[in-house]
Amino acid sequence: MTATRVGLLVAAVVMLTVPLWVPGDYYISVCSQILIYAIFALSVDVLLGYAGLVSLGHAGLFGLASYTVAVCLGAGLGHITAIAAAIGLTLAGTAIFAALSLRTTGIGFIMITLALGQIAWGLAYRWVSVTNGDNGLSVAHRPAPFGFQLDAPAHFYYATAVVFVLSVIATWTFVHSPFGASVKGTRDQPRRMAALGYHVWLIRFYACLFSGLLVAIAGILFVYYTEFVSPPTVSLTSSAEPVLMVISGGSGTLLGPIVGAILIEIVKNVASAYITRWNMMLGAIFVAIVMFMPEGLVPGSMRLVRRLLKARAKVPAAAVEPTSGGPTA
Amino acid sequence: MSIWGVLAINSITFGGLLFLLSAGFSLIFGLMRIPNLTHGSLFMLGGYVGASMVLTYNLPFWLAALIAAVAMAVFGGLIERFLLRRLSGSLLAQVLVTLGIAFIVADFCLMVWSGDPISVRTPSALVGGTRIAGLFFPTYRIAIIVIAVVVAAILWALLDRTRLGAMIRAGVDDPQMARVVGIRVSRLFTIVFCLGAALAGFGGLMGAPILTVYPGLDFDMLPLALVVVILGGVGSLLGSLVGSIAIGFIYNFGLVMVPELAYFVLFLPMVVVLVVRPQGLFGRQAP
Repeated sequence: MTATRVGLLVAAVVMLTVPLWVPGDYYISVCSQILIYAIFALSVDVLLGYAGLVSLGHAGLFGLASYTVAVCLGAGLGHITAIAAAIGLTLAGTAIFAALSLRTTGIGFIMITLALGQIAWGLAYRWVSVTNGDNGLSVAHRPAPFGFQLDAPAHFYYATAVVFVLSVIATWTFVHSPFGASVKGTRDQPRRMAALGYHVWLIRFYACLFSGLLVAIAGILFVYYTEFVSPPTVSLTSSAEPVLMVISGGSGTLLGPIVGAILIEIVKNVASAYITRWNMMLGAIFVAIVMFMPEGLVPGSMRLVRRLLKARAKVPAAAVEPTSGGPTA
Repeated sequence: MSIWGVLAINSITFGGLLFLLSAGFSLIFGLMRIPNLTHGSLFMLGGYVGASMVLTYNLPFWLAALIAAVAMAVFGGLIERFLLRRLSGSLLAQVLVTLGIAFIVADFCLMVWSGDPISVRTPSALVGGTRIAGLFFPTYRIAIIVIAVVVAAILWALLDRTRLGAMIRAGVDDPQMARVVGIRVSRLFTIVFCLGAALAGFGGLMGAPILTVYPGLDFDMLPLALVVVILGGVGSLLGSLVGSIAIGFIYNFGLVMVPELAYFVLFLPMVVVLVVRPQGLFGRQAP
């Protein structure tokens, strides 16, 4: 447990001091972007890792939140109204997504979420009178919660970090609650869960709604971060990125998606400075991760470390087996 | 002919193209249990390869279509043999690999053929119109419909009348039992994957004179194939035929009547089918 606490403390210190030691506004913005995508990845992980449901349409929900904020602000509504509308509409959208996708599970779920996500993309692209089509919508200014201006990158970073920490705590609470245990139960043994009297469909539906809440938060932060939203935000690439973050970091953990988000965002930003072929790289990373490290980097390297420790100490396995159940495991 | 008549012809034509795409998709799905997310990419890549054959090497259209089909069959076979087979048993990993390849192909096409749409001229024998029963029809569109019907008939005969078809049907119904009775299901995987890829590549060039070939065609077509299969049922040839025609009509009429919501209209039949009959119109209960 102490190792976990030290880890959390280091993470907190690093997160708090980012604007102090990171060179320049651009990199502070990249850090905000990482945190936003980490929330996005967490929302995918709640379904992929804990409920065993792989969604390839999450960008549709992410975009729904972003577009709602942009449209509301464009119509002259206030920030609070826009954010509330975005959360409300995204949850409604998630309910529709879930109600349809949960007609099946497994591969059928992937297929239906993908189709729904592409339909959301089609709406963003073609429904020009609302979404302004390919040109996208811009957001004039960021909000100022409690009089705290968010225009400077460092300020926006701190606001994002606060939301990020709250999201992680909420997700931790969710997956470690009795309800979270039942979600994992429906992933591993849906028939037994049903036999025990659990309403498997409803449990999955609620898990989807929680995931929808997280993705709404990420979408709202995103539109304020870029101050712009356009169809690529809703594209399949944009759905695939958080899935890649989750499987590269390690699904079914909370640390995995966050590590994945950090890695993929760094690769994306570094790569885009040198090459323009991000999609090709994304695809290549996808294939490589799935082929060579299917369990993800975090569980994969943890297993490696464990094995190294075991080899060095030559003690019984139980002594070095780290307990699972820490906040980050 | 009235606008509605033209629209109906266009819808059936588009349905025919969709059938070329979704028949293979549905068969692969039925047999291997995975949606092949590269299928739209195979359609697009086939279109590009064929277009290059026509425009750069001045090959006749039909030879180019054949080359596109063979090239995609080889490409599909390589994907199945060297990537998917290594992941056999893990459906999620297979789906994600096909998605990764789809991104690579999309970017590769952008790199090689640039971002401008490429249009291929209609083969000279099929330019113009044909008079059938007093009405005037564009010949090329009629040709596509005829080809789709012929392909459907061949596929039906293959699946229903040959030994290979019987083995494929056995594999779709119960792969484990098929293995037990000595059918080499993994070889069927390769055959069906190559066949589906070839049809997609062929369809890509067939569609080129109408749709043009452009970056993004892959992820425009993929959801259509998905919706067709959701509608028609996985692994059902009749399902993909009926689903393709239905989606062809809905999509084309949607484009004209509610242009801004054309993509959204596709959603409606999908919703109805998922609510009323989740296994699809001609699908069987999931095993």
